[in-house]
Amino acid sequence: MTPNQTDRIATQLINFLVLIVVLILLFLLGDIIFSGFPHVSWHFLTSPSSSFSAGGGIRDQLFNSLYLLVLTLLISFPLALGSAIYLSEYAGNNWRTGLIRTAIEVLSSLPSVVVGLFGYLLFVISFHIGFSILSGAIALTFFNLPLLVRSIEGSLHAVPDSQREAGIALGLSNWRTIRGIILPAALPGILTGIILSAGRVFGEAAALIYTAGQSAPILNYADWNPTDGSSFLNPMRPAETLAVHIWKVNTEGVTPDAVSVSAGASAVLIIVILIFNFGARAIGNHLYKKMTGGK
Amino acid sequence: MEAYDLNQTHIIIPPEEIALSTKQLQVYYGHNQQPSMTNASLSFPRFQITALIGASGSGKSTYLRALNRMNDRIARVDGEIRYRGTNINSPKVNVYEVRKHIGMVFQKPNPFAKSISENITFALKAAGITNRQELSNRVETSLKEAALWDEVKDSLNKSALSLSGGQQQRLCIARAIAMKPDILLLDEPASALDPISTTKLEVTLKELTKKYTIIIVTHNMEQASRISTYTAFFHLGHVLEYDQTEKIFQTPEIQATHDYVTGNFG
Repeated sequence: MTPNQTDRIATQLINFLVLIVVLILLFLLGDIIFSGFPHVSWHFLTSPSSSFSAGGGIRDQLFNSLYLLVLTLLISFPLALGSAIYLSEYAGNNWRTGLIRTAIEVLSSLPSVVVGLFGYLLFVISFHIGFSILSGAIALTFFNLPLLVRSIEGSLHAVPDSQREAGIALGLSNWRTIRGIILPAALPGILTGIILSAGRVFGEAAALIYTAGQSAPILNYADWNPTDGSSFLNPMRPAETLAVHIWKVNTEGVTPDAVSVSAGASAVLIIVILIFNFGARAIGNHLYKKMTGGK
Repeated sequence: MEAYDLNQTHIIIPPEEIALSTKQLQVYYGHNQQPSMTNASLSFPRFQITALIGASGSGKSTYLRALNRMNDRIARVDGEIRYRGTNINSPKVNVYEVRKHIGMVFQKPNPFAKSISENITFALKAAGITNRQELSNRVETSLKEAALWDEVKDSLNKSALSLSGGQQQRLCIARAIAMKPDILLLDEPASALDPISTTKLEVTLKELTKKYTIIIVTHNMEQASRISTYTAFFHLGHVLEYDQTEKIFQTPEIQATHDYVTGNFG
């Protein structure tokens, strides 16, 4: 065989493999969206779920998922940012940082159901927090942390060393250089990392069944006092999320329209995650263009 | 490569007022027992351009970076750096202050991902200058001194990364002189620039000697002979010869210098 032929065969083989990956993705997305989208309506999105009769919606579940996401990010982002800055800017290359990195790797590979049960025993039972958004957010932080730390560290690493030298040479302190020069330059990457990890959090179910719970009490969206039991902002109330709802409807749902509720909820879940993904790309590109003057 | 006698040196002390000098400066990288820079004792005259020349790995950049303590985090530096009567290589000296007096411009233009004016004001604000009038004065003066003002005066809020390489490098010079330093260290500032930008940069540097003392590392020997008054030749971590630029290029005392400037080297 001539080099030309081998190259052509290899290229075709690689193209074929890529095609398979794309087809699997398109088939999955298409199937979920086409079978679910007809069941999505304004009524479906804005009415509470129903346990026994048909016609229930996903209003509270959708809100719970978003609220849980915000709380999770509020807890995990500062922790992740601090650790990433430490790993990328301060820590040298020694056994201690090696240990931290290994710990982060292990954390990211924990099975979610194990984290869920751990959260159940520790937060729900031992700490008496009960099934609540707060317990769920802490459990989700466990997943989110490694993803965030790694993506933020990567973004910081991608800022060239010459930028650090420029800051230091102007008489700036290390911290001032990091805060004023390195972090802004890494911002597009950091933002993209946050949004992509948000997609993962948004779709998580197993860890939430035992922490945020499976019940969706009636919420009062007019009550802005987070300490009231029925307020939608109360972090101590149990909260069934969209992903948990899909699981529950499919396993123990007794409503006559369980199949269509599950299909519709799945479509909404997928669409929201797709919005996160495309949004991440758009915002990252926009920020990058803004900082580099369109070049 | 021919083995030259590294102990045979010819180093003068310029008769002019001295802005900065080093005594027996040695730089050790990592845990190396062998210094990367050995016993460098040089005196730099005020308001002149001094060029540091030598092959790659001769230690000239290492030496330059030691002068404003940029090597602090990566190397151990022994010896004295005398500036205004103090040894600024002492651990008691405030390095942030040192770097405000001794500015630096790097090989690759490294403007911040900020607007042109923010590139200049960022470090000024950090140094405690908050008066808006003062800040905009400094932006204008430093850009004029760096010969960039006419090209960017209408786009001060545009991103610095949208400038050409030559403009970016002059912005980096403006950023450094906005801090009102005494001394400017330049580490091969023209190596990433095209010939036209290089010429422009050299004219700018000549102009800057009215107010600043300049020490420049360069690979380009024509550049060294065009712009500098004194030249030091570095070889394998040793300074072998230091004299007036004309002397170095026409009648050097040391064989290695002669071979290097005539291109018979290595």
